[in-house]
Amino acid sequence: MVSTAEIDGQKPKHRPIIRIGIFIIAHSFLVSVVCCTAGVLALLLLPVLAKKTYVSENALMPGSATPMLSDQDVSGATRFMNELTSPKLKSWNMGIELPRLIALHMSNLGGEVNYHKFQTQPNNFHPLYFFTSPDAEANLVNKTCQSYATNTIGIIRAPRGDGKEAIVLVTPYNPVNLTQSEVLSLGIAYSVFSLLTQVSWLAKDIIWLAADSQYGQYNSVAAWLRDYHTPSFGGHGKLHADNCRGASGMHGSKLDMFVETEVSDTFRRAGTMAAAFVIKVANTGEEGEQDSLKIYAEASNGQMPNLDLINVVSYLAVHGQGLRVKVEKLVSLLDSKWLNFIGEMLESVGKIARSLNPQWKFGIPVQEYVEGSATLVSSLYNQAIGVPTGSHGAFRDYQVDAITLEISPKLSSSNKARQTEFLFRGGRLIEGVVRSVNNLLEKFHQSFFLYLLTSSNKFISVGVYMIAFLLLVAPLPVVAASLFSNATSTNPNSQKHTSSSSEPFQSWRWLYPTKTIFLVHLWGAIVSLLPYFIYQIPECQPTSRLLIWASLSIFILAVLRSFFGSSTHLQEWVLLKSVTVSSLFIGLCLMSVINFATAEIGALILVPMCLMIKPWKIAGKAHSAFNLLLLTVGFPGAAFFVVKGAFGVQNGSGLVEFWYWVESLWAWNSATYIYICMVHLPCWVLCICILLHCC
Amino acid sequence: MARLLSIFALLVFVLHVTSESTGEVVEQLEGEEFTEELLFRPLPDRKVLSYFHFESKVPRTNSYGHHHRLFPKAIYQLVHKYRITEMELSFTQGRWNYESWGGFDPVASSNAKPPGVELWAVFDVPQDQVDASWKNLTHTLSGLFCASINFLESSTMYSAPDWSFRSLSGNLRYGSLPREAVCTENLTPWLKLLPCRDKAGLSSLMNRPSIYRGFYHSQRLHLTSGEFDLVASGHGITLEQTLTIVLQPDALETNAAFSSSRKLQPSWSMNSLFGRTVEGKCALAKSSNVYVQLEGSLVYNMKDTWNDIEGYEGEEVPYEGFGSNPNFGFSVSPDRMMKEVNSFHKEGSSILYGFSIKDYHSSKPFDLGFRWKLPVTWSCVKAPLRASRFLMGSGNEKGAIALSLQSTEWSESLPKAHNDEEKCRLRVDVFQVVPWYIKVYYHTARLFVDGVPQSLGDVIEKMHVSPSEDKVSPGVMETILRLPCDMKSASLTLEFDKGFLHIDEYPPDANQGFDIPSAIISFPDFQTCLEYTQDNTSIKSPMVSKMQEKRKILSYTEVLLVPLTTPDFSMPYNVITITCTVFALYFGSLLNALRRRAGEEERFLKSKDKNTSKLRLLLSKLSAKLRGRAWEPPTSTPPSSSSSPKLISSKVIIKIVLIAAIGFGWQYYYG
Repeated sequence: MVSTAEIDGQKPKHRPIIRIGIFIIAHSFLVSVVCCTAGVLALLLLPVLAKKTYVSENALMPGSATPMLSDQDVSGATRFMNELTSPKLKSWNMGIELPRLIALHMSNLGGEVNYHKFQTQPNNFHPLYFFTSPDAEANLVNKTCQSYATNTIGIIRAPRGDGKEAIVLVTPYNPVNLTQSEVLSLGIAYSVFSLLTQVSWLAKDIIWLAADSQYGQYNSVAAWLRDYHTPSFGGHGKLHADNCRGASGMHGSKLDMFVETEVSDTFRRAGTMAAAFVIKVANTGEEGEQDSLKIYAEASNGQMPNLDLINVVSYLAVHGQGLRVKVEKLVSLLDSKWLNFIGEMLESVGKIARSLNPQWKFGIPVQEYVEGSATLVSSLYNQAIGVPTGSHGAFRDYQVDAITLEISPKLSSSNKARQTEFLFRGGRLIEGVVRSVNNLLEKFHQSFFLYLLTSSNKFISVGVYMIAFLLLVAPLPVVAASLFSNATSTNPNSQKHTSSSSEPFQSWRWLYPTKTIFLVHLWGAIVSLLPYFIYQIPECQPTSRLLIWASLSIFILAVLRSFFGSSTHLQEWVLLKSVTVSSLFIGLCLMSVINFATAEIGALILVPMCLMIKPWKIAGKAHSAFNLLLLTVGFPGAAFFVVKGAFGVQNGSGLVEFWYWVESLWAWNSATYIYICMVHLPCWVLCICILLHCC
Repeated sequence: MARLLSIFALLVFVLHVTSESTGEVVEQLEGEEFTEELLFRPLPDRKVLSYFHFESKVPRTNSYGHHHRLFPKAIYQLVHKYRITEMELSFTQGRWNYESWGGFDPVASSNAKPPGVELWAVFDVPQDQVDASWKNLTHTLSGLFCASINFLESSTMYSAPDWSFRSLSGNLRYGSLPREAVCTENLTPWLKLLPCRDKAGLSSLMNRPSIYRGFYHSQRLHLTSGEFDLVASGHGITLEQTLTIVLQPDALETNAAFSSSRKLQPSWSMNSLFGRTVEGKCALAKSSNVYVQLEGSLVYNMKDTWNDIEGYEGEEVPYEGFGSNPNFGFSVSPDRMMKEVNSFHKEGSSILYGFSIKDYHSSKPFDLGFRWKLPVTWSCVKAPLRASRFLMGSGNEKGAIALSLQSTEWSESLPKAHNDEEKCRLRVDVFQVVPWYIKVYYHTARLFVDGVPQSLGDVIEKMHVSPSEDKVSPGVMETILRLPCDMKSASLTLEFDKGFLHIDEYPPDANQGFDIPSAIISFPDFQTCLEYTQDNTSIKSPMVSKMQEKRKILSYTEVLLVPLTTPDFSMPYNVITITCTVFALYFGSLLNALRRRAGEEERFLKSKDKNTSKLRLLLSKLSAKLRGRAWEPPTSTPPSSSSSPKLISSKVIIKIVLIAAIGFGWQYYYG
């Protein structure tokens, strides 16, 4: 209050906007409490605010044509599947014969076929390639021929198309150990491919990629895409592959004589990709009266395909084929008491609202709310960790919209009629989707790219889910400003008897805490780079790696503190907190641009912690205990376990699992890793500093 | 009236006479002539190529005059108005499959065209008028053929190749529109140029649904004129109209007997391909022939059952013998058979069967059928190198164009031909036009032969680059590559940056991406030419003589689609909304400041302060709080100069809050 009075004294009248600002800053405590609660409430309200999806791009016209998939295609697929599973094939070398068999069938159907040999790329941590895709020629490791896998690619050229665009169908399969569900997915793709070779309406070429997933589903697709988009002309890799092929003796194969057209190793291309669909069949049939379809869409760093793609698929699945469409959700949340309670509350509020005005359609049933929030949480989590949920993620790196369709039969029966019906269902779904995308002579741009799903037909667009985040983040600058003004107004009295020489630098005192914060962030950057060096240590257990990492980090922090920290004016915890809060604000806002979900979850954890923090000597006992609790939860590792525990995700042996989790983050170039090391961890350390501060 | 009638009667009589004695009349015209021909060729991938070839000729104007009986007036006027010495216009749908349909023979080399529209023309005008002539020509053709050829008018769309496209080309302009859709509306005006349209003769086969159902459809118009030659060497204007269609004959056998019937090529007839038959020749045509061509390798693969036929040929046996070949059969016995002489290929020489449809009429329609008896597989003669072009990179900032050349079995067999003291080198000409918004950096050109980077100087013999100029001209690259004959693959990459367009330069469907037209790869070392033994009947067939012309092999690469950054096209609307809001706020506050009379307001408030209510008290308290001042009851103190704005501001704030709340409620429940 004093500060404003002072200002008032100098300047009797302010513009109203400044007055409002001063008013808000003066009541920062109230503002932050209100905003944070409102933010959390808005987050809880999201399932209620979700809108129904709609196909935004009219040109897609899903379901406007009757499916053309005929008995002939399906019986061909059945024959193909029988050949794949025939015992005769099993006796041969599966890894070599299966691609050959698939290629034979592709070319018999009339597609152009080629093989794509690739070497698996080890998931190394390259700190400098974080946001760029690794150079194709950079990591060619001389490996044995064992690590070569073979994708088989069949291309249908659109009869009257100009070949500028293509639609990709991907069926991952493991040639070494072929499972029944992989056979089914290959069968579905075969039936669609067989139909599409005969139709006359194709405007885009069709690529069927039978991806050899013996070294990982994602790797095979990513390797193919890499060679499609950034082929390396320099020959080392190719020559090596050639040598290997000779060694594996593929030319002497028995199937050679059947392949009429030449199957070459020359890489065939088909224009710019419009969309891609990864077709999978779930391993275990679920109990239920319907076949169901599960859609996976999250790509790296929380990127999503255009919503229209999901809309088309779910529309066709529900209305065309009578499949039950599901999106991944956290099952453990479904019977959590507190969520049910909130749902009931909201439902009753909705009822009251409706009794006041029947047009206010506000509330939703409890069941729907709980399911919606379970889906929302899983959607948020998948986007936040920034790891793609399937091999469709590889396409997003090249700006191609892609999703994984996982079809699960209602019961895993080997019944012949049942299998045919399933092939019909799956094939017609894919056919409809391909036809829809084929209609669209543009890249997807009409619908949303930034959204969260609460069910397969409900979504929350960026305009709505941003509110929760903005409300959470809004108090940060307010609190920072109020703390700063407090510090500048109170401190002159204390400073007067220390030194008069520093008087002109009064207004620059915030630079000292800024220096501390800069050092801590520098430390964060070093911590994020440490794993690269830890990986240089050969033969190391995950646990010991983790321990080395932790001890090194602590050591470096101590060193930094002893070298530079001594000169900082750490006694001014108010200023330190003020600058911490503003740096957190900047960090969260930056992260929200890169990966919104990470920023949202980060804000949920960090904002209360940073706002509440106070040196334990000043704060009351209850307050410090609460602070301590927040701090334990706020530590990245602890947060990981808390989240896992809360949502009941399978727990392995603690530390190892955590190490693998972190490893997966950097292996997938997730920005979340950078966020944790450069925003979350420094902020947490600074909070500890403030807590331990001796005034 | 009576006179008119009599003239009409005379006309009818004359026409009748003409149709009675067609052949003689046409020949008497000496010079102006029209021929129609149709070529069928079975393709290795179970498809059939049908190639219509119409040729109209008119002698030079100075010897023949301005009036024509057969030659289309539109074309004649076009040639004279713009002084065209040579022009070619093609409308194409679908892609020519160079791998399975071949790229070496004359038909493929001159009729495989890039998708969309391609136009080039050579003008006989001074250099500085060429562009103007070109622009006028595009507009004329656009009207003539119901196509958006006029888009080629803009200087960003056409280019003037120096030497790579045709060897002598000072006044040549070249342009192509890859996105142009081709349909019957383009075919109808094309047919109008034929003297019989599609009412009689071979063109009556052109049943629209069946010819547009095919895998490749290319209608081409090529004209050469000697009108402007000072040397009176002879020929006037020759108009060559061709239609190339690749059709899939409906397989009569179902796929049930999968393995066995697959081998046997599908049999076809004119009726099964087009759904129509020919009811006699076009009365105005000088000659009207149908040919069936069997390729050299096909003949070679049938060799073992073929020997006896060759025996016939030497002994000049009657042609009826061909109908009963063990491999295949015709439903109509061919009138003549021509065999390729001095074949360029080792294996087999191709054979041409000729059918004359002179004697057929409506009661006895001509329906040529072709039936396979034995399964046979063969492959077409491919171009020396298989050219393909693709884009590299991702993202909206930059990328690269890669041109890859793969050797085919044809070029593998080639070094023996001229393997002299120095290393055999294969010459490849590349002509590529890139629109200006793809900013190609020609200095980044990199060349790999068999995966080994090469220095450009070793491989490139000659290179002519004219870089693009923004919004003015496209980038043109003409290159002569000398590649080693024994190479397996070569690739040329060029990096580019994607440009930004102004919002009104975007086409209506900007979100599809932008096209880079096909590049043209030509192989001047090779000349395609099929020479047939002319039989003694001495019917000169323009199509066969066209095949005998030596021409270099051309092949077109794919059209590329480059996704560029596109703005949200609803953006202008947003910008307008925001600008209007800002202006409204600005003018509102300005007017407010101008309008205010402080003294009067004070007096008004003084009088109003007398009757303060509870609400007023509360409001003033709040406003004082807002400004962080100690609250003073408004009644007790003498009103300061600042007290009146205070009250107004608190009112204003409440009003704003109220309006915002109403607005929010409205938005949420009804918006």
